Amino acid sequence: MALVDREPSRYLPDYDVQAPKQLHFSPYADNGGSVVAIAGDDFSIIAADTRLSAGFSIYTRKQEKLFTLSSNTVLGCSGCWCDTLTLTRVMAARMQMYEHEHHKTMATPAAAQMLSTMLYYKRFFPYYVSNILAGLDSEGKGVIYRYDPVGHCEKNYYVAGGSSGALLQPLLDNQVGYLNQENVEKVPITKEKALAIIKDVFTSAAERDIYTGDGIFIKIITKDGIATDFFELRRD
Amino acid sequence: MSMPNKADCFSSLPFWQNGPAPGAFYNFPGTAASSSNYNDCGIQRTQTPMVTGSSVIGIQYKDGIIIAADVLASYGSLARFRNCERVMKVNDNIILGAGGDYADYQYLRSLIEQKIIDEKCLDDGFTLKPKSLHCWLTRVMYNKRSNFNPLWNNFIIGGIEDGKPFLGTVDKLGTAFSDPVIATGYGAYLATPILTKAYDANSQMTEEEATNLIYKVMQVLFYRDARSFPKYHLGVISKEKGVEIRGPIEIEHNWEVSTMGRNQLR
Amino acid sequence: MSSIGTGYDLSASQFSPDGRVFQVEYAQKAVENSGTVLGLKGKDCVVFAVEKLVTSKLYEPFSNKRTFNVDQHIGLAVSGLISDARQIVETARLEASNYRGQYGVGIPLKYLNDRLSMFMHAYTLYSAVRPYGCSAILSSYEDNKPEMYMIDPSGVSHGYTGCAIGKAKQAAKTEIEKLKLSTLDHISLVKEAARIIYLVHDELKDKQFELEMSWVGECTQGKHEKVPLNIKTEAENAARQILADDSDSDVDEI
Repeated sequence: MALVDREPSRYLPDYDVQAPKQLHFSPYADNGGSVVAIAGDDFSIIAADTRLSAGFSIYTRKQEKLFTLSSNTVLGCSGCWCDTLTLTRVMAARMQMYEHEHHKTMATPAAAQMLSTMLYYKRFFPYYVSNILAGLDSEGKGVIYRYDPVGHCEKNYYVAGGSSGALLQPLLDNQVGYLNQENVEKVPITKEKALAIIKDVFTSAAERDIYTGDGIFIKIITKDGIATDFFELRRD
Repeated sequence: MSMPNKADCFSSLPFWQNGPAPGAFYNFPGTAASSSNYNDCGIQRTQTPMVTGSSVIGIQYKDGIIIAADVLASYGSLARFRNCERVMKVNDNIILGAGGDYADYQYLRSLIEQKIIDEKCLDDGFTLKPKSLHCWLTRVMYNKRSNFNPLWNNFIIGGIEDGKPFLGTVDKLGTAFSDPVIATGYGAYLATPILTKAYDANSQMTEEEATNLIYKVMQVLFYRDARSFPKYHLGVISKEKGVEIRGPIEIEHNWEVSTMGRNQLR
Repeated sequence: MSSIGTGYDLSASQFSPDGRVFQVEYAQKAVENSGTVLGLKGKDCVVFAVEKLVTSKLYEPFSNKRTFNVDQHIGLAVSGLISDARQIVETARLEASNYRGQYGVGIPLKYLNDRLSMFMHAYTLYSAVRPYGCSAILSSYEDNKPEMYMIDPSGVSHGYTGCAIGKAKQAAKTEIEKLKLSTLDHISLVKEAARIIYLVHDELKDKQFELEMSWVGECTQGKHEKVPLNIKTEAENAARQILADDSDSDVDEI
């Protein structure tokens, strides 16, 4: 598989033979989807839309993209769906192995580090997945970790990722992080406010991004466990 | 031995590793001579499908699942093989439809058939369930794509699990999902809207309603998809009646309208 | 075995001066310690009957099977060390599946017998390994004809119309020889097989046993299956009745 067929400077398209083009196999697909997560003092909320698509076709309108890894950790994935399936399955297996070996559930920061390692392990054939991990830390405070496909990991308190990531992150910066606002009181975000913002930003994303829509699954993680919510989005 | 053997990364190594493998008696101690060396030189892998089947469609109805696929296997734009069944019975509660490379489908079919025989040999009363086969297929497809040697197919799996109908699909990358309405190939564009509309209007279709709907959809596909054929097979699975592969079913078609266009050209 | 202890019985790769391989003979002994297994080939069917010795009342019924399916159309019954036998079964299944993968049809029993006996024979040639401590009987129904082969731990195999291995093989063989096998249909085969197992069972030495039966033939559309419970129970009852009648008449004679 030569990646470069011919020297670019000597490429003369006019002299190309008009032959049928051979399909080239690509192991990746962009199946879209967006994930947003917001953490507060004693909770963290993560939400993902339920549309699974490729190009101009929608595969299904009700695909859950949030994976509950433990009683206080949830992973949200978007990007290449086949990689997501594999990654989350390996992740779940590793969580279980940890539980068997150490007789306790893996804490969110540990899971976050492990995910980074697992992604980097595939550095030269990456999982094409944009991951967002939400959960509670050892003190019960909400934490969010975001990743790039090859394992870079950073801790945040509000994150948007996936196909609408670039669209939504500035909005969250402004509304949750109080960035670019003058004379504003920076009050810690409440659960209700976070939930409302998440619903609003997804509604906005569904207006502009064809890879986000149909509905969102929301997981609200508190010390009492994980609550689930569902919210409809536009389906066109 | 270059035969497909049953060992995979999940099964443990054979206990007696230096023993003769069946058919390898002539170099008994040691296994060195049995390892093939054809991987040392470059090999060609599937980069493009050759003989292909077109759309496969599947829908859930009141008591089960129906999967349909026509009987054509094309070689590029040539309608090469016009009697190829693409819907198979896996066991008493699973049916499978395949689109894409026909040779890859035949390979996978033999793999599945052997799986079913192995399972029957064990005779422990356990039978493969549709969700398990669906999951297994995602792993097969994903592993093949990860080795840059994909099986160039779209599969639709239908079955009954825990008394409920299941309809799922897997593509050549291992992308998998389940939905009450699934169509692959051109069917994704042409059949899904019709099927979804009918399903949303009445998700509790009878078998007859569903087969009539499928007939209409296959007719639309035949009129618009140039790589389709007016003959198809149906895989029907229901709680009461089990699995049935029906067909070939002929599609009535009428191209009289096109003569107007032809006259004008003349 | 006059040469026992002379050093020629430690390895399968060495003959004794009088031309024997003791390891192989010991393996055959291992088979003779095990429950009796017999195979009968009749008009349109092969029937296996296994005297499965139950050494503890705590065992679950139907556990430790001794009849196996190798492929849809091939059955295998074993006598001897059950763990050795299971490996033979695995090998047989692999061979059958390889053949099916290559040629798209089920392996003919003749070929499976060849491959399996070669496999067992290979384990009688080298000092690093020991022979298999089990014998296997293979059955199938191909081209409307029943077939049966028996393989020894030495790797020797023959086609049979009736054969017996295990503890009471001599007594069983004598009984089998009295039958007109080629005229028997599947139901009478099952009855005879059950009767012989009950007859040769030594109640003094082995108290309990479980009868395991399987068949392949026209009656099963060429598929190897367990004999249905009702048919088996009926045959067992008949066998017990015959035994009871016999012992009654014995008493009368005395």
